[in-house]
Amino acid sequence: MARRAGAPEVSAGSMADIAFLLLIFFLVTTTIETDAGLDRMLPPMEPPTEQDVIVKQKNIFQVSINKSGQLLADGELIQLNQLREKATAFLDNGGAPSGTEDYCKYCKGKRDASSSDSPSKAIISVKSDRETKYSTYITVQNELVGAYNDLRDRESQRLYKKDFTAMEAEYLNPETDKDVKEELKEKVKRIQALFPQKLSEAETSTSN
Amino acid sequence: MSKFKKNNVAKSQEISTASLPDIVFMLLFFFMTVTVMKEEALKVENILPSATEIKKMEHKDRIVYIYVGKPTQNYVHIVGEEPKIQLNDKLANVSDVGPFVLAEIAKKPSHLRGFVTVALKVDKKANMGLISDIKQELRKVNALKINYITYEGEEIVN
Repeated sequence: MARRAGAPEVSAGSMADIAFLLLIFFLVTTTIETDAGLDRMLPPMEPPTEQDVIVKQKNIFQVSINKSGQLLADGELIQLNQLREKATAFLDNGGAPSGTEDYCKYCKGKRDASSSDSPSKAIISVKSDRETKYSTYITVQNELVGAYNDLRDRESQRLYKKDFTAMEAEYLNPETDKDVKEELKEKVKRIQALFPQKLSEAETSTSN
Repeated sequence: MSKFKKNNVAKSQEISTASLPDIVFMLLFFFMTVTVMKEEALKVENILPSATEIKKMEHKDRIVYIYVGKPTQNYVHIVGEEPKIQLNDKLANVSDVGPFVLAEIAKKPSHLRGFVTVALKVDKKANMGLISDIKQELRKVNALKINYITYEGEEIVN
């Protein structure tokens, strides 16, 4: 006789607790991660050509890392914290005399004739040992990219009163407006052309 | 007047909690939809180095991951202590990298295939020898865009 007025009501009071439990479970187990890192292009595998491309020795900045993590930059033993400065000086040198086609108007370096001709000719080559620690290698790469970014920031400040890294980040951000993107693309391209990133990944040498 | 006052004192207003489950469910669904569950368990140690000059990787659908590092405790007695490559959920050799990357690229929709980046998640204790072997393999299959995934932070701690 008690069940006269239809089915009994189920209490919804514990619903919130159940939902909270699920919510907390998902909060704990999932991570919203965006990966970040250093972008690099590998050189394509080309069939051996008869003609070797000749690059002048003075246009190459050779960085070697040995297995204990010591650095040799252009024949000089240096510390990691000096690397950025050295690389910047090399890239910004602009050694070609004025009037020649390689002359670099925007370079502020020493214009040393025995160092790189112009930023577009300058190549940085990184060579590592098989036993070199990956973290050391990344640190070196980071410093070299840093040197490029410093110079690009400088030019970007001069031309557009804005940091290159900020512009690039805005350009790569998917939320940026399309029109803004087009405009940024041009600027980013122009700055990149002033200091093209030429980092050569030489094959590792085997010790002994 | 007195009647009204009496009533008010006896019973303080209660806030209805009937809509609480709805709110919580809404939050729950939000988190369920925006988060991505990790697909594979890591079988190698993976403490990445840190760097400052990094770029964020947008477009998750264009990335192929390769993990490198020392095998974790459970696998040390099977495969030894030397750093190993993990592809999806399997430990693999250097020679497997090329076919794996090609297979992964083939799985992507055709308009994305040209833009695939290979993301290298390498433990900071790994040696460059293995990394350069992987790079050679990638060059062989013409997967030239790579990214060394790092944490953001001062590189001095490396």
